[in-house]
Amino acid sequence: MRYMTEFRDKELARGMAQRISSLLNGRYYTIMEVCGTHTMNIFRYGLKEILPANLRLLSGPGCPVCVTPTSYIDQAITLAHVPGVIICTFGDMLKVPGSITGDTANSLERLVLGNVKVVYSTADALSMAEANPDKKVVFLGVGFETTAPTIAASVLEADRKGLGNYFVLCAHKTMPQVMRSLVEDVGARRAVPLQGFICPAHVSTIIGSRPYEFLAGEFGIPCVIAGFEPLDILHGIHLLLGQIVRGEARVEIQYSRVARPEGNPRAQAVIKEVFEPCDAEWRGIGVVPMSGLGLRSRYRRFDAALHFSVPAPKTREPKGCLCGDMLRGVKTPPDCPLFGGTCTPSHPVGPCMVSSEGTCAAWFKYQGENK
Amino acid sequence: MCLGVPMKVVELDPPVGELGGLRCKINLSLLDSVSVGDYVIVHAGYAIERLDEKVARKTLQFMSTLSSPTPDTTGFKP
Repeated sequence: MRYMTEFRDKELARGMAQRISSLLNGRYYTIMEVCGTHTMNIFRYGLKEILPANLRLLSGPGCPVCVTPTSYIDQAITLAHVPGVIICTFGDMLKVPGSITGDTANSLERLVLGNVKVVYSTADALSMAEANPDKKVVFLGVGFETTAPTIAASVLEADRKGLGNYFVLCAHKTMPQVMRSLVEDVGARRAVPLQGFICPAHVSTIIGSRPYEFLAGEFGIPCVIAGFEPLDILHGIHLLLGQIVRGEARVEIQYSRVARPEGNPRAQAVIKEVFEPCDAEWRGIGVVPMSGLGLRSRYRRFDAALHFSVPAPKTREPKGCLCGDMLRGVKTPPDCPLFGGTCTPSHPVGPCMVSSEGTCAAWFKYQGENK
Repeated sequence: MCLGVPMKVVELDPPVGELGGLRCKINLSLLDSVSVGDYVIVHAGYAIERLDEKVARKTLQFMSTLSSPTPDTTGFKP
């Protein structure tokens, strides 16, 4: 057993899709997979092709690269030009265009051979800081609750080791708060019409199922925490539709081999020790109250934004780009005039085309059909 | 970005995980008492949770039932 390939069986997938179809019984439902990894795997494994047409799957705001505001990219690019600074980042962030114009590179990718390094883990960034005491290493802290404990752990280790040259440019975000913003009317913006949520696998592994309970209790929206493998996704959809058809609303865990109702308390404690909730700007969505994680005062010396006092320029979105609507699930890529023309994976305009987990990139790569 | 892969813990000092013959260093600081032979989900170099093998097998078994054309045993019918 590898606990991976077994959950990709094509025949089982077809049978499960048929079961989903009969459960729908001709009715139309709209559900949202919040997480970008779900979106990507739905396309990669061709799930939309075997699922019935009367089930509409919306992609949500769970792609960290996509929801990172342009101003953050601009800050990172500005920092990359500060002498003696090494930027460490996950590879996903490289291609995102910032809004700085003129002679400076407008994405981090162009600076990779210089002082921008792609790392697999915060551990690599820490080693780099230790190996280069005369440099200042800045880790681009982007991601959700899955990644936050690994970054918090690196801050704790840097603290323990007394490393004075390790910093984090913080832009962490948390999922439940942004999910609330999708189902609530905010000013003129109406709630997204959907009947259920497929909740992220690994965010939920960390935070557990309880933080989603308000969605079921307060809004009557059923939720299922599903694994990322194709059979997990189909099983999750079946459970979710079961709830919808029966008129129930609760938070179920399909990914029970890993995720537990209480989550991972140790990871939660590490996050809580280092970070505190703060308001955060989501690209295309705006500021969502208490949906971000900022460093607590006793760890502020690791805050790159404070240490280098880089200004956060005002975000300017590219003209005509519909990524904001895409991230809320109210538009699909073919609705966007730039999609596939001006905006392609090799020349992305908006963030949803940049990240491999972005809705537009997934549609483009897998010949997005019209569901 | 939230991808995580199941790896079998093959060494503890320092911790090493294995997947399909590939071995790499992993950080176990986010979990309590991990033993050699345990499966963990590894994200960005850190094990973020254990994988319960018994539950995994049960889930697979249930998926087969769900996939078969004969009525399932879940208690609800389409």
